[in-house]
Amino acid sequence: MYRIVKKEELNPTVTFMSIEAPMVAKKAEPGQFIILRVDEEGERIPLTIAGYDREQGTVDIIFQIVGGTTMKLNAKNQGDYIQDFVGPLGNKTETEGVKKACIVGGGVGCAIAYPVAKKLHELGCEVTSIVGFRNKDLVILEKEFDEASDRLFRMSDDGSWGEQGVVTAPLKAMLDAGERFDVVIAIGPVIMMKFVTLTTKPYDQKTVVSMNPIMIDGTGMCGGCRLTVNENGKRVTKFACVDGPDFDAFTVDFDEAMMRGRMYAEFEAHVRDEACNLFKAEVK
Amino acid sequence: MAINPKKTPMPTQDPIERGRNFNEVAIGYTVEMALGEAERCLNCKNKPCVSGCPVNIDIPSFISKIKESDFEGAYQVISKYSSLPAVCGRVCPQESQCESKCTLGIKFEPVGIGRLERFVADYHNANATEKPVKPTPNGHKVAVVGSGPSGLTCAGDLAKKGYAVTVFEALHTAGGVLVYGIPEFRLPKSIVAKEVQTLNDLGVEVKTNVVIGKTLTVDELFEDGYEAVFIGSGAGLPNFMNIPGESLKGVYSANEFLTRSNLMKAYREKSDTPIMKGGKVAIVSGGNVAMDAARTALRLVAEKVYIVYRRYMTELPARKEEVEHAEEEGIDFKLLCNPIEILGYDNPDDKRDPKNGTVVGIKCIKMELGEPDERGRRSPVPVEGSEFVLDVDAVVMSIGTSPNPLIKSTVDGLEVNRKGCIIVNEDGLTSREGIYAGGDAVTGASTVISAMGAGKVAAKAIDDYIMNK
Ligand SMILES: Cc1cc2nc3c(=O)[nH]c(=O)nc-3n(C[C@H](O)[C@H](O)[C@H](O)COP(=O)(O)OP(=O)(O)OC[C@H]3O[C@@H](n4cnc5c(N)ncnc54)[C@H](O)[C@@H]3O)c2cc1C
Ligand code: FES
Repeated sequence: MYRIVKKEELNPTVTFMSIEAPMVAKKAEPGQFIILRVDEEGERIPLTIAGYDREQGTVDIIFQIVGGTTMKLNAKNQGDYIQDFVGPLGNKTETEGVKKACIVGGGVGCAIAYPVAKKLHELGCEVTSIVGFRNKDLVILEKEFDEASDRLFRMSDDGSWGEQGVVTAPLKAMLDAGERFDVVIAIGPVIMMKFVTLTTKPYDQKTVVSMNPIMIDGTGMCGGCRLTVNENGKRVTKFACVDGPDFDAFTVDFDEAMMRGRMYAEFEAHVRDEACNLFKAEVK
Repeated sequence: MAINPKKTPMPTQDPIERGRNFNEVAIGYTVEMALGEAERCLNCKNKPCVSGCPVNIDIPSFISKIKESDFEGAYQVISKYSSLPAVCGRVCPQESQCESKCTLGIKFEPVGIGRLERFVADYHNANATEKPVKPTPNGHKVAVVGSGPSGLTCAGDLAKKGYAVTVFEALHTAGGVLVYGIPEFRLPKSIVAKEVQTLNDLGVEVKTNVVIGKTLTVDELFEDGYEAVFIGSGAGLPNFMNIPGESLKGVYSANEFLTRSNLMKAYREKSDTPIMKGGKVAIVSGGNVAMDAARTALRLVAEKVYIVYRRYMTELPARKEEVEHAEEEGIDFKLLCNPIEILGYDNPDDKRDPKNGTVVGIKCIKMELGEPDERGRRSPVPVEGSEFVLDVDAVVMSIGTSPNPLIKSTVDGLEVNRKGCIIVNEDGLTSREGIYAGGDAVTGASTVISAMGAGKVAAKAIDDYIMNK
């Protein structure tokens, strides 16, 4: 059992938790993820490591309340325990030799992008961050990004926060102006990563994306997390949990990844409705 | 007294009824049945059956104990050789091992050795009262990676000798394939849990949620004071066929399908884990894993379940009993045919239709037997122009697994072969001092009994190694 040391609501749909898991904290690196199970009947869900404290032995997670499991998780409070917590899984984000980076984060993806920005910043790299949210109520980690970035672009769909527009707008403007980065790292909804890739590709600007497919074990045992990449003209199956989660953006079949991501959309919607009804009943 | 030419039949749940529940199919012998079956054993002097057993259980001797109604005595005989009799009695392919060598089998049906083994183990589990006593610690620490049959056996044998053993398991429940792969209706999980409990009673510590190579490395285990490490990490990496359409929604590896159902209990109403339910399902290939996937799909209320296999019935690699059970339950065997493409739904007018990308069929090609090769085996070749489509809503790929590269890639100097299997000598010793390995991680996907046997061999070698250090 793993104790929730701290819980904080970042916005109405996004929650931060710090979990006591010393063995995971000791090894965690930006870009890696954990898999947790809330209780005995729970499913296994992957969440990217949003931060860690090796001395305190804690690992931070930030999650959006989207389905039955994240709802259950969100119902837990500081001091409560979650059943299982395993990691760190996947490969860390490659930071070696990076002197100038552009980090693009969308929505909760920013929670994953932040530790990468922070690490690069600490390593003395020049960090430009572009973060985007639907509106100002959904903004998370603004202060943190500000501290970890040399330059920060704030974007929102409706203009209620920062500038109105999509994350690719400032990126394209920079590339048009002749600016280049050692790497652009995009983390967010698959559709956003696809458009970042479409933006950088014409400039041959090296781009890395962090894929977040459906997973079960996270150790390469089920293949549920598979995606297709193009390796020298050949379509090759990769397991995001062990071969990733970071991939060279120019090789990833995003359309297929989006299609696979919707595999259990109906089931999720059903569970969410049920869970909502349950909570409503409890409140009454 | 004339010998009964037939094995005492195993009582089973009714095929129609059991196709809709996850309770164990085979119910087990009663005392009378066991006594009757034991009487069939000729107690041959040369004991051919023993040579057919991968761990050489003294079979005639345990059957003699049954004849004397000394069931606990029979259990004691088996447990000298096997740590998992209740499991092996249920899942061993006896027809190609011990029972294939049975003298009675020359003229009649062989003795039901597996059924008797199961009877004895179940009898012991139901009646034994004394808990295993914790041996006096000998002051040495050993780590075991993986809690499948090889790891559990190695841990148990070392614990009995007084070693402080810690088992590290990546998943949240101990048991390996026994809990994530083999379904409840064939091997009740309570049996596996009992085996793990016995280890706990012996003082073995099982740490779940630890991925060796990620959470901890093998080298760190040595730094932590473990004097030897046994790797029983199995062969869990699923293979795919690399045919078009394998990424569609509704295509599973058998591991994913079975893990969702068994480990994550998706078959129960309460579970949070989603799984494909209902519809028509095709399972590709014909091993034990395929039979388990097919029969699981059936129990998840599939309308129709096909097994698509490129060879013919007698070459199905699955245990005979499982094939028979699958046939009784109404699984449809499409033999001598091979999938070439999986077809998906595509709405040309609406790219955002949520049904886009879901499986609608599997295209197969008929096979025929070609010219015999140098070993006389006729391998199947496709019949040109014989393509046909089976309408299905889900496809389960069950074409085999390989060892996970995680261990290899994080242990310097650990030698593996071309297929990624860890190379060991006859004692289970790897290319690195103090590191032993066994089970599917060494052999590739194999059997419970051979994994268990490898765990035993390694436990002995580890004891010798540490004692002579
Ligand atoms: C569906 C199915 C049906 C089968 N049916 C039969 C049958 O009827 N009869 C039969 O004899 N055999 C059967 N088998 C084969 C048999 O189950 C295996 O041969 C046997 O379980 C192998 O045992 P093992 O100890 O080598 O590994 P496994 O049982 O595979 O266990 C390995 C364990 O190690 C863990 N692990 C892996 N990597 C790490 C790591 N890095 N760190 C920590 N832990 C790790 C895994 O999570 C797993 O729990 C079947 C297999 C399957 C999949
Ligand atoms: S999550 Fe199962 S293989 Fe990646």
